[in-house]
Amino acid sequence: MPMREPCIAAFALFALACATPARAQSTYGIGRAATPAEIAGWNIDVDREGNNLPPGSGSVNHGREVFDQQCAACHGAKGEGGVGDRLVGGQGTLATPNPVRTVGSYWPYAPTLFDYIRRAMPQNAPQSLSSEDVYAVSAYILHLNGLLPAEATLDARSLSAIQMPNRNMFVGDSRPDVKNPACVTGCGGSK
Amino acid sequence: MTEPTDDGKGPAATSRRRFLRNSGIVVGGVVVAGRLAGSEASAAAENADNLPPNVPDWMKTPGDPMGGQLYGMPSSFEKDVIKNIPKNLPQYLSAAGRTPLQDLDGIITPNGLFYERNHGGVPTIDPAQHRLMLHGLVDKPLIFTMDDIRRFPSQSRIYFLECSGNPGYKKPYGKTASDLVGLLSCAEWTGVSLKLVLQEAGLQAGAKWVIAEGADAAAMTRSIPIEKCLEDAMLVYSQNGERLRPQQGYPLRLLLPGFEGNMNIKWLRRLHVAAEPAYSREETSKYTDLMPDGSAREFTFYMEAKSIITRPSGGQRLSAPGFREISGIAWSGRGKIGRVDVSVDDGKSWQEAQLQEPVLTRALTRFRLPWHWDGQPAVIQSRAIDETGYVQPTLAELLAVRGENYFYHNNAIWPWRISAGGEVTNAHA
Repeated sequence: MPMREPCIAAFALFALACATPARAQSTYGIGRAATPAEIAGWNIDVDREGNNLPPGSGSVNHGREVFDQQCAACHGAKGEGGVGDRLVGGQGTLATPNPVRTVGSYWPYAPTLFDYIRRAMPQNAPQSLSSEDVYAVSAYILHLNGLLPAEATLDARSLSAIQMPNRNMFVGDSRPDVKNPACVTGCGGSK
Repeated sequence: MTEPTDDGKGPAATSRRRFLRNSGIVVGGVVVAGRLAGSEASAAAENADNLPPNVPDWMKTPGDPMGGQLYGMPSSFEKDVIKNIPKNLPQYLSAAGRTPLQDLDGIITPNGLFYERNHGGVPTIDPAQHRLMLHGLVDKPLIFTMDDIRRFPSQSRIYFLECSGNPGYKKPYGKTASDLVGLLSCAEWTGVSLKLVLQEAGLQAGAKWVIAEGADAAAMTRSIPIEKCLEDAMLVYSQNGERLRPQQGYPLRLLLPGFEGNMNIKWLRRLHVAAEPAYSREETSKYTDLMPDGSAREFTFYMEAKSIITRPSGGQRLSAPGFREISGIAWSGRGKIGRVDVSVDDGKSWQEAQLQEPVLTRALTRFRLPWHWDGQPAVIQSRAIDETGYVQPTLAELLAVRGENYFYHNNAIWPWRISAGGEVTNAHA
């Protein structure tokens, strides 16, 4: 019977829909499935706990070499800053009139360092460093900030275990935090 | 409107002003006496061949034929109305260019003058090779082509966009409206509701955030709360009727009405649905707000109510006493503008300005106040009040709570000082 196959197909679709009531309401049928390999190739997000960090490792010593070649031109020989951000120092300054925000003084989560370097650095050739080099240069920057010994090597586990000094200093958005009484007449004037 | 122009750009404005000066024209019931100085006055003796009673040259010969410009450009006399890009920056890959707010009317920013903030330069993207990946806590991870995106039901909405650092809290303060708050623009955006696209993949339980990533050299990454994604967020491919400009994210950007500009990820290539934010570099070390006690506010999304007088404003000059229209723009990330008050006596008293309809949610609103300048020194300023009742604060009120190292989300009132000579300057500078 010529009609049988469309009926079976329709029934199969109906059964599929019934079997997955919580599933997507794919109203439009637009787009195609993303394969696991495609997702793995593009998903470079590393969260604050270090999930999705890649295999591999890198030492402070190797990181010094990578830093000198790839980073020092903008960030300074010791991470003191230049065209690029200052990366080192500033701990204890955040509550002063002249706060110095660096990886060591301000960044709350160490895995973010790997995530950012991998996706955006060096600025002239982002996503060009190997995972080993990113681990190494992360280790070196943490070392320059006194957060890792000179002989240390970083991998996914050890990077995730680092507690950054400023970790607990972030709070939610409490705005509106300022109230203007909206005076209409006889007001004090501007300033 | 017969008001003389004050910002003198090019021969047309100059000749008109010259005419006004020479003839002592009646404007708004007040005789406007010429009062220009310097080079403009020395040019006054130039010929008046194009002025009444003579017929101007451009009527005596045919104009340019059709087809001289396949994409139309502004008049050559408007050549100084351009983006305001700071000079001598250490580098221009992660940098910002400002909209010349004081030169614009209405609420829509022309695409070529829309402010831009890039974190790794402006990429050149072939739309045929661009893909949007949607993955994470979804039933069906998907990849979309640009053709796919344009197949979804579309919508068009007018929204402002504003950079969160617009301006900072520390001196020196800018001279012009553009210097102060030029990282602000407004456009009609066309695209698809993000909610429709997320539903296509099917959100799973625990989906609380969507991490958006750009296809630029910064792979710019911000996390958006799922509530916003399901409320009014859009995936946008057109701006003011034409496809996005490269500087605005061509071929696809995220649009989050009322949220700080950097979250509206340009060159959008990936949406990662997650239970937690990414805590990316941009949302931890950069776009967070440092308080005087050393704590820092994070995930400070909303741009609060704000306004500024754009005419007259810093860098302009009132040529003479008499009738002036005070005009400016107001906006709020939390909804519609409810009221704008204007003071012309250094903040001692305030009066309600007229709002140009339509007043749209999370869009610029143009306000106006008729004014007679008596030629005496004055300080003029505006304050916005949004539909939540929130009142735009003074700089002093903000600094008292946040300190000057807060950096972002400065929505202070900015007063303009007008000298007896008509010069307009930043009263806080």
